[in-house]
Amino acid sequence: MKRLTPYLLALPSWMWLAVFLVVPMAAMASVSLQTGNAIDGFAMTFSFSNYADALGRYSTQLVRSLWYGGLATVAMLVIGYPVAYWIAFKGGSRKSVYLFLLLLPFFVSFVLRTISWGFLLADDGVVFGTLKGWGLLPADFHVLATTVAVVGGLTYNFLPFMILPIYVALERVDPRVVEAAYDLYASRTAAFRRVVLPLSLPGVFAGVLMTFVPATADPVNAQVLGGTGNTMIGNIIQTEYLTNLNYPTASALSFTLMAVLLIGIFIYARALGTENVLEAAAR
Amino acid sequence: MSAATTLTRRPRGRFGDRLLHAYTWLIIVWLSSPIAVMILFGFNDKKSKSNTSWQGFTLRWYQQLFDISDLTTALKNSLTVAVASTLITVVIGTMLGLALGRHRFRGRGVTNFLVFAAISTPELVMGASLLSLFVSANLPRDALTIIIAHVLFSLSFVTVTVRARVITLDPSLEEAARDLGATAWGTFRQVTLPAVLPGVLSGGMLAFALSIDDYVVTSFVNGSTVTFPLWIIGSVKTGIPPQVNVMGTLIFGIGVLIAVANAVAARRRRT
Repeated sequence: MKRLTPYLLALPSWMWLAVFLVVPMAAMASVSLQTGNAIDGFAMTFSFSNYADALGRYSTQLVRSLWYGGLATVAMLVIGYPVAYWIAFKGGSRKSVYLFLLLLPFFVSFVLRTISWGFLLADDGVVFGTLKGWGLLPADFHVLATTVAVVGGLTYNFLPFMILPIYVALERVDPRVVEAAYDLYASRTAAFRRVVLPLSLPGVFAGVLMTFVPATADPVNAQVLGGTGNTMIGNIIQTEYLTNLNYPTASALSFTLMAVLLIGIFIYARALGTENVLEAAAR
Repeated sequence: MSAATTLTRRPRGRFGDRLLHAYTWLIIVWLSSPIAVMILFGFNDKKSKSNTSWQGFTLRWYQQLFDISDLTTALKNSLTVAVASTLITVVIGTMLGLALGRHRFRGRGVTNFLVFAAISTPELVMGASLLSLFVSANLPRDALTIIIAHVLFSLSFVTVTVRARVITLDPSLEEAARDLGATAWGTFRQVTLPAVLPGVLSGGMLAFALSIDDYVVTSFVNGSTVTFPLWIIGSVKTGIPPQVNVMGTLIFGIGVLIAVANAVAARRRRT
């Protein structure tokens, strides 16, 4: 009985993960090689050409998604690192208050947050409308439906996921190590570059992981904030699946996206050890 | 070594610190500004169709909160799905967290990998693959398929949270209970469960929050069942009614209250 306990405890989750995570991936792989249409049904034909076809049609959007995701991730890193640094080293007894304030937006639905952000960026909205009224901006100035709006939205939405892991890594840095660097005549810059920064790298890695993947695959920001020229791969997959009912193309695209992202993740995770990444993610 | 030499040698950078302090507040304000706008425009006495400019204060939308029946149904659906999926996730996720945190067993590595894979699979791919399965199996999409999907993406978070808690638990406590004649079930109920309960609760809150917020996965598996985020996205083109702002505000308020109460309770436990 005692020997069986862990298996019994794990059994329901195993079944859930097997039936609803592993099997669907197999189903998606299978659908991506089928041909047919929604009315007559689909049949397995091992048509690998689905992939070539899908990529031929939508490589622009795939590349654009990786580009937007990458841009947003870099922006989050640049914007977020100083915040994590200040809270970790100077936050004092109010560290958790600052973290709570950073997490405040998460109490509002992701979709609603994005729409509110779009509302702030509206051409004649509270910000730009007012500035235009004062004559500080040209009347045709607009941000919505541009790359800046979409990348800005992604940056806005996922920023706390970048700050938190970096904060966790920095918070663990022993202040005495930094003191030691100063004792050894390190300048402020040198102490940061040679001591603090290397120690925070696991947090940076985890942060990049936790933001790049959802940002690249996100359909909401492009839909709400972007225009026709900002369509991302997530929008294409949604449309192909849900509107065009073109399951093979949609599956091939999803699989390609996942392959591109997962290969990246597992190279990352290998370099760090999955447990570390997970623990950073769980905090 | 005198204090004076220490002072002169050690770089101070007070100005830099102050700058960073201001910068941190700037980021906090930036992150919160859309929330402030959402709350504010729930009080907007708008006359025209669109809710984009401030026209005066009113509590009208709070009184007419449930006047849009589709929206009310969507909110109810979201709450039902969140409660159901959270209950399932908490039970099976806690069990898995206990197994991973306490026991060594064959398949542990594979299980850890699956838990990690479920967290790192992009939502879009998760939704798409579930739809592929449901289409292949000819399963109609409704509230049930939404619940299935929500359990899937919250499971790993509950598992990881509980596992982290279990690892910090001293196994000798359970041994002591057994030595004092407690049964296996009695030990679990009276020793293990109370000790891991904070992990279970925070995992459960996380699962609930993830569920009620989800748009991407749900958009693939919902069929004709509409949840709160789906309804909002659907009404972007025609204009978001102020009732959405009010509901968002209320959810925000309740969430913040629970989080603050939780933090206060945790602090009280510690002291």
